[in-house]
Amino acid sequence: MLEQSSVGAALGAHIWGWEIAVYLFLGGLAAGLMVVSGMAHRRAQPPPDSLAIWGPLLAPLLLSIGGLALFLDLEHKLHFFRFYTTFQWTSPMSWGAWILAAVFPVSALFALGFRGRRMSNLYTALGAALGIYTGILLGTFGARPLWNTPVLGPLFLVSGISGALALLALVEREESARARLAALDLKLIGVEAGVLALLLIGLATGGAAQRTAAHLFLGGPYTALFWVLVVMIGLAFPAILELLHKRGMAQASVYAPVLVLAGGLALRAVVLLAGQASGWRVS
Amino acid sequence: MRYAMAIDLKTCMACAACIVACKVENEVEENHSRCRVTQLVSGEFPSLKLELLSERCNQCAEAPCVANCPTGASHYADGGIVLVTETKCTGCKACIAACPYDARFINEKGYAEKCTFCVQRVRKGLEPACVSTCPSRAMIFGDLDDPASDLSTLLSSRRHRPLSPEAGTRPHVFYLE
Amino acid sequence: MERRRFLQIAGGSAAGALSLGGWLLQSDAPEAPAESRQVAGFCELCFWKCGIHATVENGRVVKVEGHPEHPLSRGRLCPRGNAGTGALYDPDRLKRPLIRVGGRGSERFREASWEEALSLIAARMQAIKARYGPEAMALFTHGHGGSFFSHLLKAYGSPNVAAPSYAQCRGPREVGFQLTFGTGIGSPENTDIANSRFLVLIGSHLGENMHNTQVQEFAEALRKGARLAVVDPRFSTAAGKADWYLPIKPGTDIALLMAWANVLITEELYDKAYVEKYGEGFEPFRQAIAADTPEWAAGITEIPAGTIRAVAREMARQKPNVLIHPGRHVTWYGDDTQRSRAIAILNGLLGSWGRPGGFYFPSGATVPKYPVPEYPKPARGTADGSGSRYPLADETLASGLCDATITGAPYRAKGWIVYGTNLLQSLPDPRRTLKAIQQLELLVVVDVLPVEIAGYADVVLPEATYLERYDDLYAGTFREPFVALRQPAVAPLYDSKPGWWIARELGHKLGLAAYFPWNNIEEYLDRRLKGMNSSLAEMKKKGVITYAAQDLYLGPDHKFDTPSGKVEFYSALLAQAGFDPVPRYRPQAEGPPGYKRLIFGRSPLHTFGRTTNNRVLASVVRENEAWISTSAAAELGIRNGERIRLVNQEGIRSNTVRAKVTKRIRPDCVYLVHGFGHKAPKMRAAHGRGASDSDLVSSFAVDPIMGGTGMFVNFVKVEREA
Ligand SMILES: Nc1nc2c(c(=O)[nH]1)N[C@H]1C(S)=C(S)[C@@H](COP(=O)(O)OP(=O)(O)OC[C@H]3O[C@@H](n4cnc5c(=O)[nH]c(N)nc54)[C@H](O)[C@@H]3O)O[C@H]1N2
Ligand SMILES: Nc1nc2c(c(=O)[nH]1)N[C@H]1C(S)=C(S)[C@@H](COP(=O)(O)OP(=O)(O)OC[C@H]3O[C@@H](n4cnc5c(=O)[nH]c(N)nc54)[C@H](O)[C@@H]3O)O[C@H]1N2
Ligand code: SF4
Ligand code: SF4
Ligand code: SF4
Ligand code: SF4
Ligand code: SF4
Ligand SMILES: [Mo]
Repeated sequence: MLEQSSVGAALGAHIWGWEIAVYLFLGGLAAGLMVVSGMAHRRAQPPPDSLAIWGPLLAPLLLSIGGLALFLDLEHKLHFFRFYTTFQWTSPMSWGAWILAAVFPVSALFALGFRGRRMSNLYTALGAALGIYTGILLGTFGARPLWNTPVLGPLFLVSGISGALALLALVEREESARARLAALDLKLIGVEAGVLALLLIGLATGGAAQRTAAHLFLGGPYTALFWVLVVMIGLAFPAILELLHKRGMAQASVYAPVLVLAGGLALRAVVLLAGQASGWRVS
Repeated sequence: MRYAMAIDLKTCMACAACIVACKVENEVEENHSRCRVTQLVSGEFPSLKLELLSERCNQCAEAPCVANCPTGASHYADGGIVLVTETKCTGCKACIAACPYDARFINEKGYAEKCTFCVQRVRKGLEPACVSTCPSRAMIFGDLDDPASDLSTLLSSRRHRPLSPEAGTRPHVFYLE
Repeated sequence: MERRRFLQIAGGSAAGALSLGGWLLQSDAPEAPAESRQVAGFCELCFWKCGIHATVENGRVVKVEGHPEHPLSRGRLCPRGNAGTGALYDPDRLKRPLIRVGGRGSERFREASWEEALSLIAARMQAIKARYGPEAMALFTHGHGGSFFSHLLKAYGSPNVAAPSYAQCRGPREVGFQLTFGTGIGSPENTDIANSRFLVLIGSHLGENMHNTQVQEFAEALRKGARLAVVDPRFSTAAGKADWYLPIKPGTDIALLMAWANVLITEELYDKAYVEKYGEGFEPFRQAIAADTPEWAAGITEIPAGTIRAVAREMARQKPNVLIHPGRHVTWYGDDTQRSRAIAILNGLLGSWGRPGGFYFPSGATVPKYPVPEYPKPARGTADGSGSRYPLADETLASGLCDATITGAPYRAKGWIVYGTNLLQSLPDPRRTLKAIQQLELLVVVDVLPVEIAGYADVVLPEATYLERYDDLYAGTFREPFVALRQPAVAPLYDSKPGWWIARELGHKLGLAAYFPWNNIEEYLDRRLKGMNSSLAEMKKKGVITYAAQDLYLGPDHKFDTPSGKVEFYSALLAQAGFDPVPRYRPQAEGPPGYKRLIFGRSPLHTFGRTTNNRVLASVVRENEAWISTSAAAELGIRNGERIRLVNQEGIRSNTVRAKVTKRIRPDCVYLVHGFGHKAPKMRAAHGRGASDSDLVSSFAVDPIMGGTGMFVNFVKVEREA
């Protein structure tokens, strides 16, 4: 066993806190809402209220809150404008800054009712861009093996859409529409569980740094948080509730979607924190 | 010109004079340091192996901190030194997340700070503060592009390795074995 | 980020937007300092005295670097020396003279003028002289600035001047080597580390013990491929570089050293020519250690006989370019003079004294003294027991003066001046020191920080730091002789004054003006320097003058300064005084069951307790850790980093301290770095940080030969902090 100690600059610096977890969650949610609402508007038949009214309204709102959290995280806020005096194509965060700059006005216009065909297409595309970007932002950090896997992007994307569906199910009043949203969400929960499994398998079968990272969830300090909050509360319980409901063995309730949303936030928080604890030093 | 550093594992004493000289030279805030000294112990008592690593920014040639900086604040300067322009830095911490060596921190002013290879000294023809004080003379600084530099001759004559080359950033601090 | 800052920023952003334009144009280049100069001097962050260059910008010292021409620094400084600004600008510094108003130790003082403080001291000193004689004043001093106080005390008529660097540090080594080679080791040590082919460190933990020049030479030797053996119950930094690491059972080194001598002799590997030519008493020595075989020593030291033999053979292979390092802090077990003598003898067998890579012959420059009247001859000898109770002590014992103050035998000191030494951390058993202090009619502390001992003083005098004052010249005894100057880089802060000024003022008030004929120190220094064909003006520029090295190594007709004129393997002097003429191993007392031996040493980043309040250093290492072996910690259920307390054999409990659970120590030992766990409340950065080894040293073993106080004889058990 390796014994390690150091003086001077801290090892394993703390990078991001709740602000970024909230931003990733709300940003993902907004992106999911935009994709789902945007796609619904491209269909022939008029969408249900959740998709026609709530989705478009909530998207810019949630994104604003997320954006505020992002701003709060900046250690030198007065230099915020520096994001917009340049474009750094190698930096996902620079992409993100510009995507946000586009998403805000477009989603606001969409919410106000500007929903022509081209507008809807643009709206949907920007939603997808936002979703992919929040998904891959962490995934590009080669320094953090836990984040640096190709499945983290899809994972966050799927989780964002799943959260969006859950949120819509919560606000949808019409029974059949809600059932369709719930059914769709159940599938996405399944997909998300699969992607999560891929993430763990990928890490656990990777190199030394990846295996050390996987250990954070498999016996290491983040094990309980991960398995209880993310897997059980965020995925297993809502899936069981939905299944029971589908088989007519339980009433539809707010529990399943609320759990899905809580799980979505927990996923961002746990992955964010554990990723900071992962690195290339293996002990 | 390509600045780099070599640190002799055989003679480094983990004394941390490098850290202190750096703090004073660069007016690093009280609760921060730009460099660290890590001790790694392996084996079983009394047959132990002790590795002493004096660490700082590796001035990577493919620096993910630069690639990930959304504002261009982190950039390559002359000689391959990676620097932060304070007036462009938002304190977003992408560079900290991107650095495999935990070489950066956010200072109390809210800017990302790191080892600069003492560019203010190097441009005047002086050695970095840590190198110039190291009592063991374990640190060697110089120009890799100059085959006659002490650094180049040393690297061509002794076995050496950088830290975590697997991280793929082409680090430029080398450890002599 | 905290909310307050965000609000400030939010509020300020309007204004910020306005100044945006100007700000974007702002240049990156820092403004050039209006004034920048370099002032030469020498360091006082420890007692090694490396040459420095202080950079002064706009009236502030911004950096302290190694003086490139100074032989002790060679342009480099250790971590502590690099932190000079942290000492100078320590916000907790003593600022004005203080006169105590509360009880001793109550830390209640009032500020006073220098005139009042010094008059009060002078009056009490006169009273003590009248009532008890001048010998009843004692001076404890450590550090270069103390020289004028020594002068003052001798002029006043007292012989009682002591430093804790003798009986608590290098004393036994000086005596052990004196007895063997006729010369002590001195400081800086005359060890030729740089040229050594084989270096054997007995505890001496170079690399953590950061005496700059030694560490530089140690690295140089390693770079040149020297081999290394380290004997230490703890796997030190140096052990990490060693070809042989010998995890010795504490207190058994004499057995190991004699077994080595035994191998060298029985296998006829010693330097025969050298021993024949320069040796005395080899035959009785050989007979005395005939039974000290590696097998015998293995049972005592817990080091395999094979390893003992292998290291002895390596010594022989590399002789005479071998250095069995004499160590420096050697007051460990009370048998320290004998252990030091064993080390000296081993070096004698290897012929390394006076040989490259062993010990060189140092030389010093002579600087003429400033003429002053002769000192009065004290009516009584020193009170400490040196030369009497401890027959072979050749310097005054700080602990002996403390004893005499308590017991009154042979007579009591009634007044102490304490210059630059924190006796409550440096003398063994602080409770005993406090008992002595209660006997005093006057305690004056001259320091730079509100340290523990200052809390008990009647008068506290704030000295200017080494970057703010002149001191006497330093005439170094080294490979090449040198003379160095300390001069102010900036004017003294607050109302602090240099030691020379304080001593002179006191001298005048005591009617000793004839001993201080100079008006100021510049005059004094210039006169001395003119006597060696230099001047203060020249020295101020250069900082140091070096002279050519004398004969460094042994010449053919060398005469040793021992009674026989030779290297004494057998010491008739010791036999006469009733001690073992040849070092003999005697077992040390073991601790109570469940207790571990408390040993201690240095952190490269701190000097004792004198730098633990230095913000630059404290921000890198703020507290010490208690080293506990992995196996012992597992038994006790202690986790790495957990807060624990150490409780010694007499029930004395330490502060809480973090456990460092490590493979790097024997399971029967606990290790602390000395100097932490400050109790002085006004040392805000250091107060209560870490555990104090000094507190736990409630027992000590006095060396019967020279009165050194062995301090590795305490035992602790570990208490978990609930
Ligand atoms: N950074 C720094 N450097 C310093 C100082 C400082 O305060 N800070 N102080 C200076 C001064 S004044 C001195 S005197 C020196 C002291 O430094 P040294 O003379 O080098 O060492 P010690 O403090 O005596 O010894 C400490 C070592 O002895 C080991 N030891 C304990 N018991 C035994 C034993 O029974 N046998 C053996 N073989 N080893 C044992 C301990 O584990 C530890 O590693 O350091 C000097 N250098
Ligand atoms: N328990 C225990 N006791 C020990 C040791 C140990 O390891 N453990 N080590 C022993 C050894 S090796 C030694 S050498 C002694 C050292 O013992 P000391 O000589 O007492 O050394 P320090 O503890 O550094 O105390 C030095 C004092 O000088 C003050 N000072 C610093 N700079 C100046 C200055 O410029 N002017 C004045 N006037 N004061 C100044 C500091 O504030 C501090 O109070 O301790 C010995 N005692
Ligand atoms: S100053 Fe030199 S010897 Fe000391 S820790 Fe730094 S690199 Fe190692
Ligand atoms: S070590 Fe870190 S901060 Fe330095 S250049 Fe490489 S990635 Fe950037
Ligand atoms: S913290 Fe500053 S330097 Fe680092 S990535 Fe952000 S803007 Fe760039
Ligand atoms: S090169 Fe300069 S900035 Fe970098 S660690 Fe050394 S002293 Fe500090
Ligand atoms: S060894 Fe370090 S602290 Fe001591 S005098 Fe030299 S530089 Fe100063
Ligand atoms: Mo000492």
